[in-house]
Amino acid sequence: MSEKPASCPREARLWREEFSVAAGEQGFVERRQFGKFLVLTSAAMFSGQLWLLAKNAFSKRAGGLWPRKAVALERDLAIGEAKVFAYPGPQDNCLLIRLGEERFVAYSQKCTHLSCAVVYSAQRRRLECPCHEGYFSVEDGHVIQGPPPRPLPRIELERSGGQLYARGVTVFGEEESQ
Amino acid sequence: MILESGSSPARKRAARAMDGAMMLLIVLLIVQIWLLMASVESWLAGHRGVVLPAAIMSGVLFCGCLGLVILANRTGRSAEPARTGRPAPPTSNA
Repeated sequence: MSEKPASCPREARLWREEFSVAAGEQGFVERRQFGKFLVLTSAAMFSGQLWLLAKNAFSKRAGGLWPRKAVALERDLAIGEAKVFAYPGPQDNCLLIRLGEERFVAYSQKCTHLSCAVVYSAQRRRLECPCHEGYFSVEDGHVIQGPPPRPLPRIELERSGGQLYARGVTVFGEEESQ
Repeated sequence: MILESGSSPARKRAARAMDGAMMLLIVLLIVQIWLLMASVESWLAGHRGVVLPAAIMSGVLFCGCLGLVILANRTGRSAEPARTGRPAPPTSNA
């Protein structure tokens, strides 16, 4: 077996960096390694920011491409009733509520606090999250009470020939920027 | 055999400088973690405009961390004792 000689400068540097025999040197090696760990963590945080930036750019580009999807017939829903439908994806549950003869609203069913499913309380005319008692207004989805930090995303509806169509999602903050 | 070599005043100063740099690094890292958390929360709340300045700031903080570590390592190495008289590196005979 042939080994590289210990006098090789590169080899010597490497072992001195990672393995210190002198007790006083040990602290320096530990400090250097801790510093490297901190820089790597910092790089991970920076990568997270870049990921967010990329996600923001892609979601902007994809904006305005919401599908148009039939969600219910007007006559199927009595005043004060609610119906669950999926929009835009099959996993994105939403609530369609009939507030009046001619008035329909729809919101994402996912609570903005910890994503529990909100339910409609016709008696109190509000959307309620049973997990942490967060309440949302049924009129515009804003937070009435509880820990949710922002209103429920609103589903844009379109009525055509007695049929209701979902044609977009408005997230809080987007309406101000538009 | 254990050799003592970190007791010279220059080494002590270097160790103190490295400790200071590490403390500053930790502070910068805490700010960076907070920044990421706050920008994700803002982005989810629909405030899309904060993402770019936050990314720039995070990059600046990362550069600061990197610069500090390089500086700390350089300080530590500049105060290193002469390499003469050290034992040979461990070699395995297996």
